[in-house]
Amino acid sequence: MSFIQYLVSGLSLGAIYALIALGYTMVYGIAKMLNFAHGDIIMVGGFTAFTAISSAWCPVWLSVIISIVVCTVLGVVIEKIAYKPLRNAPPLAVLITAIGVSYFLQNAALLIFGSDSKNFPSVVKNAPPFMLVYENSGVKFFTSPVDTADKLLLTISMETFVSIVVSLVIMAALTFFINKTKAGKAMLAVSEDKGAAQLMGINVNATISLTFAIGSSLAAVAGVLMCSSYPLLNPYTGSMPGIKAFVAAVFGGIGSIPGAMIGGILLGVIEQISKAYISSQLSDAIVFMVLIIVLIFKPTGILGKKINEKV
Amino acid sequence: MKKTTLNNLITCGMVLAFFAIFGGLSAAGILGNKLSGLLVPIGIYIILSVSLNLTVGILGELSLGHAGFMCVGAYMGGIFSTIMQNVITVSWIRMIVAIIVGGLGAALFGLIIGIPVLRLRGDYLAIVTLGFGEIIKSIANNIYIVSDKNGLHFSFANAVNPDIIDEATRQDIMKGPLGINAPQDTNLLLVVIVLMITLVVLMNFIDSKSGRACMSIRDNFIAAQSVGINVTKYRLSAFVLSAAFAGVAGVLYSHSITSLVSKKFDYNLSILILVFVVLGGLGSLRGSVIATVILYALPEIFREFSDYRMLIYAIVLIFMMIFNNSHASEILKEKVSALPIFKKRSANAAGGDSK
Repeated sequence: MSFIQYLVSGLSLGAIYALIALGYTMVYGIAKMLNFAHGDIIMVGGFTAFTAISSAWCPVWLSVIISIVVCTVLGVVIEKIAYKPLRNAPPLAVLITAIGVSYFLQNAALLIFGSDSKNFPSVVKNAPPFMLVYENSGVKFFTSPVDTADKLLLTISMETFVSIVVSLVIMAALTFFINKTKAGKAMLAVSEDKGAAQLMGINVNATISLTFAIGSSLAAVAGVLMCSSYPLLNPYTGSMPGIKAFVAAVFGGIGSIPGAMIGGILLGVIEQISKAYISSQLSDAIVFMVLIIVLIFKPTGILGKKINEKV
Repeated sequence: MKKTTLNNLITCGMVLAFFAIFGGLSAAGILGNKLSGLLVPIGIYIILSVSLNLTVGILGELSLGHAGFMCVGAYMGGIFSTIMQNVITVSWIRMIVAIIVGGLGAALFGLIIGIPVLRLRGDYLAIVTLGFGEIIKSIANNIYIVSDKNGLHFSFANAVNPDIIDEATRQDIMKGPLGINAPQDTNLLLVVIVLMITLVVLMNFIDSKSGRACMSIRDNFIAAQSVGINVTKYRLSAFVLSAAFAGVAGVLYSHSITSLVSKKFDYNLSILILVFVVLGGLGSLRGSVIATVILYALPEIFREFSDYRMLIYAIVLIFMMIFNNSHASEILKEKVSALPIFKKRSANAAGGDSK
């Protein structure tokens, strides 16, 4: 496999991380809390889509929509029940509650679906992979397997392609939403200064709910995409990608939306490249090492703003 | 007698009484095998939670990598005793040396990691400690050590080349993902002695000049700096001390189970210990002890509800946090504040709030 091949698979993984990291960073920006349960929303999204696809009557597109709706509702409900009463509590209390929610989701899934891994059916099952073949006359596209192995430049599976495209579209839409619409600007205002935003007539509670809804729906999309590319699904599926996405969010500067995108994509690429060229067992260690090095030289992440503490 | 001294003596007395009663019951055979088996892990987890309380409660920095330091101690102590099994044949002397080796090893890691990590604060510090914990776990997962008559053979990422090993005298010490099998040298008495030493050292540290300096840094970083407190020095000393005791707990742990694998030391373990510390009350060693005993023993006792117990645990965790920070609990706290046990906790909770 060529370097470009690893790069593309890294981009696809990174795009998924970026989607999850967006949820982390938005919630952090607005509620100043580390939502440890975010990773488990991915798992819930995966299981919902899995259940829907497994039932015969449900077409794939509808399963994805069901999964998004379920996660969105779940995200809002979790915020209302578990986090809202703690809005003025010390940050550690909120963190422990988030850990409690995460345990709850994992164990509820364990009760319902059991601990053995399910084989997730790809959402683009019958689609052929793209192939880029290098020939004398230049680069050519094929959508069916061709017998030119020696000249093969790149194979992009449909899952990879869909992951990258869907993530890019969502990120573009989200950027537009936050910068151009009223609700998006309200989110920015609340994350800047909750009290002042309230004085300007912004409904803070509704804005926070909206943030959780968007973050959770992104997690559902990420869950479906991730399970399509890496089809093993069990109650703990979400926790490691959740942590990695959290790392990605910090890497890019937590609270910053473009930072989460850049952080996620960089993290995915670094992980795949180090898996390919250094060691597959040590890839996690390398990812964390890069994060630590970045944070030592730039303590607030790549795009994080430096806040001077005033006395 | 000073009030803090009295308080500390009560805490130590409570721990001793707990282990004396349950140790006695277990020796008399009343407690049953299952519950007797919980005493050693409870002791080990208390060491972990009180040492983490030093970082989180006294220093006020969220550390999510405590399991990493435990891992360092567990492996260093375990490797030491496995190698020395035929050299030092008296098990308790070997164990004491192993505890010192593991504790110093973890302290060294704490120092190496602490210097870069403590440049950061808050959530960034949390994620970096989490990262270091995962790095330590991954590295421990890839080390292979084999001993034979020629000495020790090390290998990283791949098993040791079998051609260079003398098969007749081969002894696998560390087998990568399969971990180590340390001799079973931990017993309840040893755990209780180490636990008491830990408590006494930590209590003295907290009541010393260094401990007060750490608390002033926690309460206001800039004010502490401006009155001439060497912030880096005190933060680092608390962090290293905390790591050292996590390492000691790790040594006890690795010698209490037959097969130690690095998978155990992931961030979930760090988070579990953090839950003990936060629910016990930040900065309160007694709170950590009580929370650890209750929260560790409960899921084990309710094993009959096997499938539901962790679900219930999660719900209890959420509602305890919500109740703890609600108006109803404020009223309740005022009513029971006459009891000395709650006095200290609420005072410390107030200290935690101002962070």
